[in-house]
Amino acid sequence: MTTLHHYLVLSALLFSVGLAGVLTRRNAILVLIGIELMLNAANLNLVAFWRHGAHPAPVDGLVMVLFVVAVAAAEAAVGLALVIALHRRHRTTNLDELDSDGDGGSEGGAAS
Amino acid sequence: METAFLIVSAITLAGAVAAVSLRNLVHCVLAAAVAFAGLAGVFLTLEAEFVAFAQLLVYVGAVSILMVMALGLTRHVTAPAGARAWAPWTVGVGVALLVLAAVVSAVPAAGGPQPAGSGWVAAVRVMGETLMTRHVVALEVLGLLLTAALIGAGVIALPRRKDEE
Repeated sequence: MTTLHHYLVLSALLFSVGLAGVLTRRNAILVLIGIELMLNAANLNLVAFWRHGAHPAPVDGLVMVLFVVAVAAAEAAVGLALVIALHRRHRTTNLDELDSDGDGGSEGGAAS
Repeated sequence: METAFLIVSAITLAGAVAAVSLRNLVHCVLAAAVAFAGLAGVFLTLEAEFVAFAQLLVYVGAVSILMVMALGLTRHVTAPAGARAWAPWTVGVGVALLVLAAVVSAVPAAGGPQPAGSGWVAAVRVMGETLMTRHVVALEVLGLLLTAALIGAGVIALPRRKDEE
């Protein structure tokens, strides 16, 4: 029988994979994917605790997951728009290059 | 139940690992879509059907496509070979493993609470009623946030005029 334990371990694994992706990959889009994986792991925790909670359970856990999914979708849209704007300005989506040899102007950091 | 959970969790983890480790960025995004779909399967094993289908619609349907579109627009199909230094790679994975150890050590021991008895499939109806009563303010704010994100994403991604550059 699958218990809460299994879901929590799966969620921790998923979170760690996402975190490793955020920390190791240099492409902005892949960093966004890592963030989405971590958000999904948190969602899995919420659903697992809802399922294994009191019975009959209030659906607050599921409602919270829906809110997180909606906010994550908004975040992905804005994040990818930022990536496109950065690429238009600096011709790269590599975060290291953006960090080290941006145009350096004071308006460059603020405008994009 | 056990077999289904094993299959979908294996799909999810394999997709996630592939998404953060493959070299071709398009493959990464597609692997992430597989991970999102696998997680929808995990939600199904938890009998959270509505959330599972919302996950499919939003992540597999929208976010993955958005990422593929962003990849196409930034024309960066392959990561430059050798650009990944060895030391940051090991540091990143090491930190992730530390976090994993910390979180797993906090997980209650195996054989935790059993799921509540099945056969209570009215969750969608209850969710709708809850959304429209207790969480209605949050729902409205969320709609506002999504509208702002829609407009903001458009504004950010628009080409700048020449005199602004």
